[in-house]
Amino acid sequence: MINIHEVEETNKMIEKENLDVRTITLGISLFDCIDSDLDSLKQKIYDKITSTAKDLVSTGREIEKKYAIPIVNKRISVTPISLIGSAACRESGDFVEIAKTLDEAAKAVGVNFLGGYSALVSKGMTKSDELLIRSIPKALSCTDRICSSVNLGSTRTGINMDAVRLMGEMIKKTAELTADRDSLGCAKLVVFCNAPDDNPFMAGAFHGVTESDSIINVGVSGPGVVKTALESVRGADFETLCETIKKTAFKVTRVGQLVAREASTMLGVPFGIIDLSLAPTPAVGDSVADILKEIGLEHPGAPGTTAALALLNDQVKKGGVMASSYVGGLSGAFIPVSEDQGMIEAVNAGALTIEKLEAMTCVCSVGLDMIAVPGDTKASTISGIIADEMALGMVNNKTTAVRLIPAAGKKVGDKVEFGGLLGEAPVMAVNTFGCDDLIARKGRIPAPIHSFKN
Amino acid sequence: MEKIVITVVGKDSVGIIAKVCTYMANNRVNILDISQTIVQEYFNMMMIADMSKSEKPFDTIADELAQTGEEIGVIVKCQREEIFEAMHRL
Repeated sequence: MINIHEVEETNKMIEKENLDVRTITLGISLFDCIDSDLDSLKQKIYDKITSTAKDLVSTGREIEKKYAIPIVNKRISVTPISLIGSAACRESGDFVEIAKTLDEAAKAVGVNFLGGYSALVSKGMTKSDELLIRSIPKALSCTDRICSSVNLGSTRTGINMDAVRLMGEMIKKTAELTADRDSLGCAKLVVFCNAPDDNPFMAGAFHGVTESDSIINVGVSGPGVVKTALESVRGADFETLCETIKKTAFKVTRVGQLVAREASTMLGVPFGIIDLSLAPTPAVGDSVADILKEIGLEHPGAPGTTAALALLNDQVKKGGVMASSYVGGLSGAFIPVSEDQGMIEAVNAGALTIEKLEAMTCVCSVGLDMIAVPGDTKASTISGIIADEMALGMVNNKTTAVRLIPAAGKKVGDKVEFGGLLGEAPVMAVNTFGCDDLIARKGRIPAPIHSFKN
Repeated sequence: MEKIVITVVGKDSVGIIAKVCTYMANNRVNILDISQTIVQEYFNMMMIADMSKSEKPFDTIADELAQTGEEIGVIVKCQREEIFEAMHRL
């Protein structure tokens, strides 16, 4: 039987070390809503979401109470809207109408974000894809809870540079349209290479076309738990360090697995995957940067950071995969700047640059995440940064992403404040040398060769 | 069996166990295991109990136990046992 020390350990993780289930995300397919009439499409989308997800928030609360573990977010992901709207939308404004409907549905069921205002254009763009992409700035500026993502490349298809160029412009435009809110729109917009179909985390969650009608995906968390565990093995060798991370990741993931199973049963929706990601929040003691410091760095960004992060990411996966039969999504360590107090401190101390963050993204999940850059950064420069990050993902057969905030009217040294889980970010310097001629080229970068690995 | 884990934490005083156990007896919650420690005058108790015979739902028992705790100045927390099994047992 369970003993008092085990009970104490679990409750200490929850009460003192910020252990929580970061999100229960209900994926909903909207394929059966497709209609060539915009009004009936909107009605069908609203009805499907509000009926499928009507018990999501209350179920989450019930599980929280049963196990006394916080479930921070209850969210929804839907089929990429560029596919769903293609028969009905004749212009970008039509897509914005769908965005408003999605926002109303999200508010009606009480979820804090709904993802899937998305297009998958890793090889080419349909007319509908392009209309949706061009509607993103408007859609994000006139809704509150919609998240948008665009997949721009993959290991199998290469990188769609026409879409990369277009997204540079759209990110700038989104920043300008939401300038009154510190360019908040850009915090809800992410571009991917190799986007996963079952990611429960925002802003990149969408319900992939390979998924069933509805599914429950769960994202666990617990940077604080890993940090505290590592405090007890300070100065120990790498074997001990790795064992400690693995054991902790196992325990954290088991809680996620339990919650996912319970939610699946209560909602009558199949269980999809657990996402093993270590996801920080701006709260003190909930930081991936603090784990890197505990491993032995003065600040993230110092020499050795990439090695420490590679180790951390790998051990989290090794511990986590044994705790759940179905692991998916992004699964790794997140290194957003604005959402991690330790990362913010590292930037303010001058230890962490965008270039070092780019190197770090080679060995962990996601990519350049929640990084504020000066408002006068050129669209082509943003496209250049995106192209670099997409290339990393394409060549290394992994998911990479970019969520940059070219904060309108701000310069290096200023900061943007979003509040809540999105946190605040110091505006970071960008390499200002031009890449206009590269970005102006039309077409796509071909898929890389999969042999001769060197 | 519907196993629940009840933890009681607070400043040590006379009758804490009696009070909590009386509530459980009145509501037909059967105690399976009980252990306690006192760390720096702080009372720390854990009970594993079976509530399958209780007529009240888990929610109500959790709320009423928390309220019982408040009356005697301790924190009483009630959780389903599965979370501990999941985390600590293969």
